[in-house]
Amino acid sequence: MRKKELKLVVTFHTTTDAMAMEKGCKKQGTPGRLIPVPREISAGCGLAWCAGLDDRELIRKVMDDIGVQEQDMHEVMI
Amino acid sequence: MIYMDNAATTMRKPKQVVQAVGEAMESMGNAGRGAHGASLSASRTIYNTRELVCNLFGGTNPRQVVFTSNSTESLNIAIKGLLEPGAHVITTMMEHNSVLRPLYEMCEKGIELSIVKCDKKGVFRISDMEELIEPQTKAIICTGGSNLTGNCVDLEKIGQIAREHGLLFIVDASQTAGVFPIDVQKMHIDVLCFTGHKSLLGPQGTGGMYVREGLSVRPLKSGGSGVQTYSRSHPKEMPTALEAGTLNGHGIAGLHAALEYLNEEGIDWIRKREQELMRRFYKGVKEIPGVKIYGDFSAMERCPIVALNIRDYDSSEVSDALLLDYEISTRPGAHCAPLMHEALGTVEQGAVRFSFSHYNTEEEIDTAICAVKELAKEE
Ligand SMILES: Cc1ncc(COP(=O)(O)O)c(C=O)c1O
Repeated sequence: MRKKELKLVVTFHTTTDAMAMEKGCKKQGTPGRLIPVPREISAGCGLAWCAGLDDRELIRKVMDDIGVQEQDMHEVMI
Repeated sequence: MIYMDNAATTMRKPKQVVQAVGEAMESMGNAGRGAHGASLSASRTIYNTRELVCNLFGGTNPRQVVFTSNSTESLNIAIKGLLEPGAHVITTMMEHNSVLRPLYEMCEKGIELSIVKCDKKGVFRISDMEELIEPQTKAIICTGGSNLTGNCVDLEKIGQIAREHGLLFIVDASQTAGVFPIDVQKMHIDVLCFTGHKSLLGPQGTGGMYVREGLSVRPLKSGGSGVQTYSRSHPKEMPTALEAGTLNGHGIAGLHAALEYLNEEGIDWIRKREQELMRRFYKGVKEIPGVKIYGDFSAMERCPIVALNIRDYDSSEVSDALLLDYEISTRPGAHCAPLMHEALGTVEQGAVRFSFSHYNTEEEIDTAICAVKELAKEE
């Protein structure tokens, strides 16, 4: 498998929130991408937002701006 | 991109389907809500689609074909509209959440549920199912095929048992409609639930159910029907009884074109083609060190699905690598089939599901085999 890096992974309560997150990040030029929720976090499926560890502030700002609340925020090797 | 998530939805549809939806959106009125050309055109298309669905499933009367938005809605209507508190119901570990969750909901209202156990390959013995039948048993609800392993269920045998014991037989045909022959009379199926967007090759938002003549299902919804306007209650006649509100005429026009396509091509040919592709993939990956495949492949015919894991890697991670490095779309995780993952022992890891369509090619299959090989090789 590919080489892994420690990443910031944000999970949401609904797919709708995940989509809003992607759109919000794109709009504000905040890097990251949607990934399937890794099993370390949950076996319950769904999408998560994966970004660099340094982007925490930016991501927090996007979420505040678009009114999305995370389910959880994790640091995971991806 | 190589699309191998056809068990979730078939992405490539016949051209006629796309065309039919476009044309309907330029010409269709509200079915059953007027006698002008545009409304009649919708009514005619929808009626013709009822006939095609009725024929495909060996029904006796197109009035018994109800359109809904998907299997989930159909299953909810069947489960909530047929079961009373105190009833005992049998289902299986193979089921999708669209069967399990409505049943769990009904358990809170006082039905009793027994779930037939599957073995490590994800299959159950029909004799085990028969042993669960009690005097209060009212219904058997089961899928035609697992959306995780692809293994099929012998609906004819179960239908026979249901009939012998006087039980209702409700079938989730989400994974089998449009590929496997289904005959509601021969299989003694009381309610067949289908979704339009998988192997029926229609648009999302289409689906329905075939209800045996004489069986009355309590509706979930009431409302506009275009007939009996001054009556305070929704009409009891089928299919109107279960179709309150404007139907998805545009989508149904697409489903109509899809059913015509299936009739022209022949589902036997489509099934044969999909089996070939699935077997080719299976043969290509089964000997790769570190690859574990789930399900029973000794079965002659199965849905075109291969679910696997590589070593102890998270299925999400493998699916993500397949997408990023090979542009292959698969589905990781739990596939809305929690009990099946329990049976297979994959609750934690999930599984990477490859599911094929007759539109896939040998080259795509071989690319996917190579991808699995490479991912299994790397540490
Ligand atoms: C076996 C099975 N049942 C039910 C469903 C639900 O279908 P839909 O989401 O179209 O209602 C699916 C598909 O996801 C399925 O695979």
